[in-house]
Amino acid sequence: MTMNLLDLTRGGALVVYHRIEHDFDRVFGAALNPWRHLGALGFLFFWIIAVTGLYLYAVLDTSVDGVYRSINWLSREQWYLGGVLRSLHRYAADAFVLVTLLHLLREFLLGRYTGFRHFSWLTGVPLLWFVYISGVVGIWLRWDQLAQFSAAATAEWLDALPVFATPLIRNYLSANAVSDRLFSLFVFVHIGVPLLLIFGLWFHIQRISRAEVFPPPALAAGSLFALLALSLALPVTNQAAADLSVVPGPLPLDWFYLFWQPLMYATSAGAVWALVIGATLLLFSLPALPHGAASPVAEVDPDNCNGCRRCFEDCPYAAIVMVPHPDGIPGRQLAQVNPGLCASCGICAGACPSSTPFRSAAKLVTGIDMPQMPIDGLRRTLERGLARLEGENGIVVFGCDQGADVASLAGKDLARVSLICTGMLPPSFVEYALRGGAAGVLVTGCRAGGCAFRLGNRWTEERLAATREPHLRASAPGKALRVAWADRGEEAELAVMLDDLRQALAAERLHNRDPIADPLVPPTRPTVHG
Amino acid sequence: MAKLISWIGQALLYGLFALIIGYFSSSPPYRHLPADQALIKLSFSHEGKLVSACRQRTAEELAKLAPNMRAPMDCPRERSPVSVEIDLDGTPAYRHVAIPSGLSRDGASTVYKRFPVHAGEHRLAIRLNDDARATGFNYRREEMVILKPGKVLVIDFNQEAGGITLQ
Repeated sequence: MTMNLLDLTRGGALVVYHRIEHDFDRVFGAALNPWRHLGALGFLFFWIIAVTGLYLYAVLDTSVDGVYRSINWLSREQWYLGGVLRSLHRYAADAFVLVTLLHLLREFLLGRYTGFRHFSWLTGVPLLWFVYISGVVGIWLRWDQLAQFSAAATAEWLDALPVFATPLIRNYLSANAVSDRLFSLFVFVHIGVPLLLIFGLWFHIQRISRAEVFPPPALAAGSLFALLALSLALPVTNQAAADLSVVPGPLPLDWFYLFWQPLMYATSAGAVWALVIGATLLLFSLPALPHGAASPVAEVDPDNCNGCRRCFEDCPYAAIVMVPHPDGIPGRQLAQVNPGLCASCGICAGACPSSTPFRSAAKLVTGIDMPQMPIDGLRRTLERGLARLEGENGIVVFGCDQGADVASLAGKDLARVSLICTGMLPPSFVEYALRGGAAGVLVTGCRAGGCAFRLGNRWTEERLAATREPHLRASAPGKALRVAWADRGEEAELAVMLDDLRQALAAERLHNRDPIADPLVPPTRPTVHG
Repeated sequence: MAKLISWIGQALLYGLFALIIGYFSSSPPYRHLPADQALIKLSFSHEGKLVSACRQRTAEELAKLAPNMRAPMDCPRERSPVSVEIDLDGTPAYRHVAIPSGLSRDGASTVYKRFPVHAGEHRLAIRLNDDARATGFNYRREEMVILKPGKVLVIDFNQEAGGITLQ
């Protein structure tokens, strides 16, 4: 019941999210859409914080009297360098927490917290605490009225736990209670916790091969420029120096980091503790909640695995390792699947050079295969589809179960094959389809950068463009091949692209030119939708 | 043309991103205390007196102890809870008994309490007892205080400074 409610809520929100993401595709293009690079943007903002923080630390005087003066000096006397860097430091920190929370929300909506993804999810949750601890303590280092309020509020919040013999709030009762050592502690925490954060981030991406730890250059430049422009237009400044004998008036609160402090005064410290501990436990428990049964994982056939390492190279989740081949030939290797890491995407089967349908064996056995959708079954499905094609311009559509539903495409001139992921498609199947009677092939799957298994559409594009092994032989496609990325729910858009291919094929035939055999027809570059 | 529209769209969305960051990094302003109020903070961390006096052990009691443990005096570790009462303008505002910390109740008793009050003149009466063997309160202080808007008045306890302090 709980799970159904959770799934219903998630499903409804996912529809809204996809709409937003697709709207951004129109502006940025799918590959540069910031929603698809939230984690990488988080890394970018973290490094901006780190680099600007180095300068701020160099000029910071960590004494009670000096900390406010030294930070204030940056904004007033050295606004052109220190002031800008200070503002950039602060705004990047705010942007960091924003993209981190959006990243969490997106992965939740996409259901990416169970199964083989549970490790990344569980290692990501504690990072939220690190982000907030380092950010909140950083605000105290300015020691103005905002810092005074926030430090005292945090002390009151911590004192609600019966763990401190002397209440922490006594450190902020009067000016005499605040010492230089306290600020040394703040600096230690503000630098030490981000170091822990780096360590945690390393863990977080451990089970992802080719993790995107930096956004595409254009997106990085745009984000940096936006923060720089903001720093110049709205420089961060101090409020009046902290004075513990008065309650500060209206405060320019940083709501990204300090939202919970007004919430505490509106409710109670206990309520905020219940909220944050409850939220943390909920996030930790999500992977353990009941979810769909795991799909069968990839299986290796030692007799057909020659140890070429292509599946090892292409696996998006580092689920394949190479071990010595049991045949004992020196230097020969065998792929081995770690079931706990395998996403069951089939990208490895698409990478295997033995997955070619041109092999003459009655039963096609490849080096690494998916039990639920073996390559042999894929060839049989394709052959049945080719046999049923009607008309002169028959088209084979290769799609995937994650992207636009190819079964929705209508026409007797179509043979539809839906794979687990488009990255499972061995390129030789395209040539096999064209040589088997199809006039054209349409390859589709999730939008660029939005592959449900991270790298499926990227590897597919590179294989079809002959820049990645196994590659599509250059003599094969010409204009007969189209690549059109479309997410689930974009079946109408896919149908339009299919009609476009139909018209192109009809025009080719009118000109009496065989797109396969005619070497003058240049190969079509894979297209990126959006 | 499509490229130009895309660039304009991107510029607007980057601007929106900067606007969101810039706005919520300092807005809307938060006022912790209404403009016409002041704040009284009661806070102390004080070790109450021992719950009972030391006593001489009898010869029988000493004989039962290991030779290295035969201290002639038996002194309790447990400290008295600290009772505190505050009246504000003649009205009871706070009553609390702070239990000593520690498994043996031999540590300090601590209290922290905030009282937002209207700014202006107030009569403050504070009473404190840190001795379980005494009746009533062994520390008292009454004062008329004038609190400006936003002023923080801290009520503390410092034995060296004479007991209850206001700062």
